[in-house]
Amino acid sequence: MPEPAPLRFFVPEPAVRPGDAPDFSNVPIPEAGSVRRPDVEAEPESFRDLAYSIIRVLDRNGEAVGPWAGSLTDEELAEGLRHMMTLRSFDARMQMAQRQGKTSFYMQHMGEEAVSCAFRRALEPGDMNFPTYRQAGLLIAGGYPMVEMMNQIFSNESDPLKGRQLPVMYSSKDHGFFSISGNLATQFVQAVGWAMASAIKSDAKIAVGWVGDGATAESDFHAALVFASTYRAPVVLNIVNNQWAISTFQGIARGGSGTFAARGLGFGIPALRVDGNDYLAVHAVAKWAVERARRNLGPTLVEYVTYRVGAHSTSDDPSAYRPKAESETWPLGDPVIRLKNHLIARGRWSEERHKQAEAEVLDAVIAAQKEAERHGTLHAGGKPSTRDMFEGVYAEMPPHLRRQRQQAGV
Amino acid sequence: MPRMTMIEAIRSAMDVSMARDDNVVVFGEDVGYFGGVFRCTLGLQQKYGKRRCFDTPISELGIVGTAVGMAAYGLRPCVEVQFADYVYPAYDQIVSEAARLRYRSNGQFTCPIVVRMPTGGGIFGGQTHSQSPEALFTHVSGLKVVVPSNPVDAKGLLIAAIEDPDPVIFLEPKRLYNGPFDGHHDRPVTPWSKHPLSETPDGHYVTPLGKAAIRREGRAVTILAYGTMVYVAEAAAAESNVDAEIVDLRTLLPLDLEAIVASVKKTGRCVIVHEATLTSGFGAELAALVQEACFFQLEAPVARVTGWDTPYPHAQEWDYFPGPARLARALLETLEA
Repeated sequence: MPEPAPLRFFVPEPAVRPGDAPDFSNVPIPEAGSVRRPDVEAEPESFRDLAYSIIRVLDRNGEAVGPWAGSLTDEELAEGLRHMMTLRSFDARMQMAQRQGKTSFYMQHMGEEAVSCAFRRALEPGDMNFPTYRQAGLLIAGGYPMVEMMNQIFSNESDPLKGRQLPVMYSSKDHGFFSISGNLATQFVQAVGWAMASAIKSDAKIAVGWVGDGATAESDFHAALVFASTYRAPVVLNIVNNQWAISTFQGIARGGSGTFAARGLGFGIPALRVDGNDYLAVHAVAKWAVERARRNLGPTLVEYVTYRVGAHSTSDDPSAYRPKAESETWPLGDPVIRLKNHLIARGRWSEERHKQAEAEVLDAVIAAQKEAERHGTLHAGGKPSTRDMFEGVYAEMPPHLRRQRQQAGV
Repeated sequence: MPRMTMIEAIRSAMDVSMARDDNVVVFGEDVGYFGGVFRCTLGLQQKYGKRRCFDTPISELGIVGTAVGMAAYGLRPCVEVQFADYVYPAYDQIVSEAARLRYRSNGQFTCPIVVRMPTGGGIFGGQTHSQSPEALFTHVSGLKVVVPSNPVDAKGLLIAAIEDPDPVIFLEPKRLYNGPFDGHHDRPVTPWSKHPLSETPDGHYVTPLGKAAIRREGRAVTILAYGTMVYVAEAAAAESNVDAEIVDLRTLLPLDLEAIVASVKKTGRCVIVHEATLTSGFGAELAALVQEACFFQLEAPVARVTGWDTPYPHAQEWDYFPGPARLARALLETLEA
């Protein structure tokens, strides 16, 4: 017997790096409409293949095709388009506000708008999202006032969170939006706990967990799947695979697993993979998974295949680790343009109306920004008080904090 | 008045709380059907059903993480981590999530959870069943930290913890579960039934958090102790004939500074004792507070008697454990200083 070769250490690498031509040939994209739609009551064992495919509705001509089509009316689609356009415009203004020093930090959604905007439509009042920092579409599409979001981003005197949280770490219980931690994946397992509580109380509300591709590597992700599986929690567990975890390509977190969705199969959790840039597909899958949860059929794991067009945050420069033109060649296109083209194909929209809507949306965002700035920005105007810093650590301030507050002179 | 062991008192606290409030749920590893490895939850699943008392997968992060979500929903989870030594996988959920949820959401979401865990040594448990990690939690803003030393306190403090609107770390000195232990490991175990503090009311009562208790009045020196060390302090004072005042802190965070300062101002001397390692231990915080508040009354340096700065050993348990002999020496040195 010959000696085996010395052991080799393996580190996955993305197909291309800066200077290379973008290449997504390793991302197989099935035809729109080609993936079947199982009944929500179907045995999870019977559709394991859906964890390895991509559910798509909108085809290249902007037509909605296949068994997942038809979950939304024309009016709802037009409203959905407006939500995504609003989020994009909001992002552009806040990105600029950060460059102008009005806030310390910002995170935009460019390319991922469909995921949170479309998902929000599948929920009922009282359901609870446990989001990460790139799901502000849940708030925009849920009717949360933009000026409140901006007050939080500017940490001004009207900040609903009193200046205690990093910008974009919103919280709104009334809008089903759990306080964003900023620590990754911690909230995935909390969503499962919230869902377990709803079941313990024989309630009708469901929970939704959100995590990015990179953060699926955290233990919290695996604990969430174990608990969701064990207690059949009424929860939808969403993985937003935007290909990049800051500078690290998704292959580092995914390892030898075929897809992120496939991680659910080992836990006996049904798993679907969906075109995250297809508003209709996201909504149809969300509706399906939400219905499963609501009907006591247990958790569903959903992977949204999308692409982070922008930088991770205002502190990041993607040109250092991926080809500049990569986003332009992303095979699933742009979610706003795709829904726009669909509405045009349906005769419900036009280029002129789109331009007009862009102007309207921008006006609304600017008006909200003006209103928010009246209450101050990070370094100018009204801001939360030093006293606010000491409040709310506990329901009742303990003596040691009271002493420290006095020492601080407030 | 019924007499209870620490285990029975803790169980009674959960029983009373579950009977009074449907939102109280109890879960953890081996907690449901079996009733816990220390039997603290025995009978609760039978009485309240699986939806309110259940077994979990072996995942401390999952136990605390789901508890945070449940608390945000409106439940009051009282969860068990089988040994304090196993809490570290849940540390992020406790420190970054439970402790800060009220603050970062400006009160929209709160986290009224209790994390119970057996703490401390004295059972030949080696490094994985003997640690005293209280200082890792007293360093965290937003938490409360409780260490009871007897059955009647354990019950009242646990009920208070379950009813508290904020997260509470509830450390149960496991060597006290079945009887007070003064560090004389070579002597027969004293059962709780012979101790006056085992007299524990059956029903509901609350021992407020943040209040210390004087276990022995004295004039010569103040001993600051909690958990098992309360009995070590009693033994050390008796055996060295030192008229020590023993303050049982009961709650470490928030701390009853008033009681500590009143005692040290009276005695002019202070010895702090805990099982946990010395460096950056809770004793360091106590020593700092005592010198800040009592500098001009102090007649001797504040002394600390603690576990050594090593991992908790197995064979050398009694060389590590701060027993009555070591504490007595420190008392005499403090009196002579």
